[in-house]
Amino acid sequence: MTQTTPEAPMRRQRAQVRVRTLRTDRWWLVPLLTFLGLSSFLVYGVWAIIDNSIFVEPYIAPFASPCLAAATCPEGAQLFGWAPIGDWYTLSPGLLILALPGGFRLTCYYYRKSYYRSFWLSPPACAVQEPHGKYTGERRFPLIIQNVHRYFFYAAIVIGLVLAYDAVLAVVHKPLGLGSWILIANAVLINAYTLSCHSCRHITAGRLNHFSRHPLRYRAWTFVSKLNAKHQPLAWASMFSVMGADFYVRMVAKGIIAFPYA
Amino acid sequence: MSYKAKFKVWRGEGGEGRLEDFTVEVNEGEVVLDIIHRLQATQAPDLAVRWNCKAGKCGSCSMEINGKPRLGCMTRMSTFDEDETITVTPMRTFPVIKDLVTDVSYNYQKAREIPSFTPPAGVRPGEYRMKQVDVERSQEFRKCIECFMCNNVCHVIRDHEENKTNFSGPRFLMRIAELDMHPYDVADRQEAAQEEHGLGYCNITKCCTEVCPEHIKITDNALIPMKERVVDRKYDPLVWLGNKILRRK
Repeated sequence: MTQTTPEAPMRRQRAQVRVRTLRTDRWWLVPLLTFLGLSSFLVYGVWAIIDNSIFVEPYIAPFASPCLAAATCPEGAQLFGWAPIGDWYTLSPGLLILALPGGFRLTCYYYRKSYYRSFWLSPPACAVQEPHGKYTGERRFPLIIQNVHRYFFYAAIVIGLVLAYDAVLAVVHKPLGLGSWILIANAVLINAYTLSCHSCRHITAGRLNHFSRHPLRYRAWTFVSKLNAKHQPLAWASMFSVMGADFYVRMVAKGIIAFPYA
Repeated sequence: MSYKAKFKVWRGEGGEGRLEDFTVEVNEGEVVLDIIHRLQATQAPDLAVRWNCKAGKCGSCSMEINGKPRLGCMTRMSTFDEDETITVTPMRTFPVIKDLVTDVSYNYQKAREIPSFTPPAGVRPGEYRMKQVDVERSQEFRKCIECFMCNNVCHVIRDHEENKTNFSGPRFLMRIAELDMHPYDVADRQEAAQEEHGLGYCNITKCCTEVCPEHIKITDNALIPMKERVVDRKYDPLVWLGNKILRRK
């Protein structure tokens, strides 16, 4: 059976293989699971913005923290009692801050790989032909905006510290409930994911050519590099932990979860 | 213990060709390149295949086995089921000379376009003094055996021939990163990486890392750090301001 096909003249010299790929393994499985995982995160995020059950003493839902609006943040939910957004704001408190962690994940080098593969199919998997006729990469608008990642990283550091503070408040509260441990686990994973970021690695010492002249920065780079090697699992673990912790707090706030020491 | 394996091997010259069916003996411990050699010896004496060391160190026998870029000499037959049909094709990104042999001169052209190591003026060979910690990062990239499977699998040129003019591929962007990270190199690599060698085309989908037979972390340790250096140089206003105030180059 002849496998030749007429193609563009510039491709004529390559082996003319008619099929998109000759791979025989289940190459489609990972992009499919990634698509489902990221889609579930997006759907949950939309629901979390609409839902108003964000606080029950001593827990605050991570998707709504820090709570900065005077009108929509219950007493005790505001960060240090601070509400810089006045009574005029009556929408979801999550809307005010979700763009920051959301932007951090959207521009993250790992998530870029995952959604370029699973949503845009560029490519869907290695050695599988992509369906697009043209490709310009991250050289021009809008994808050139991905270069803003480090600024979202700075914001993510602050958000991570706030989530850690929320978790500490929950842990020191008596009686100690299951939610406290859930918030602690979430804060650990979120901060580990944030510190494992490629931009963080670059900022610590990656931009230097003489590590030996900056021993402290080099040690920080070495530490971040070890975390960076786990960036992908941390991205997934922290994504599910923040969804899980947020969902748990909302269920407790609604009274759906009501067992002792919840 | 031996068995008969079913193979489909690309045969043809230029781009025209077809997959030919073969049934060939396989013995314990053999690799795909052994089977290709057996085909040459017994059934297809004119079958063309490039090879040299049979030890995964020369990078000659790059091919696509069941659609995946692999070294023929490092792909064990024991990784396949005995009743599986194994398809062997030439690297898809490069023009075919004959059968499994491709013309990889695109890569040599791109290599020539990168200015070589450029030490500071006044420092002569023999006067370089570097600490191990300063050079070990780029030593990882020196493990490259130039099999060109990373460039072959990169969709930027694999699926878009027209990008070959502006994109040098992961192998040579890694070479630029190696030079840029070198303590004694003073050439402007960052501007060249972005504007001349197409770093911005890379969307970091990591296929280059997945196929590297030397397990070099091309994306994490070369391409992304290089992208971050380019951000320093071209897109980060705070770094620009800091460089101006502190008079850093």
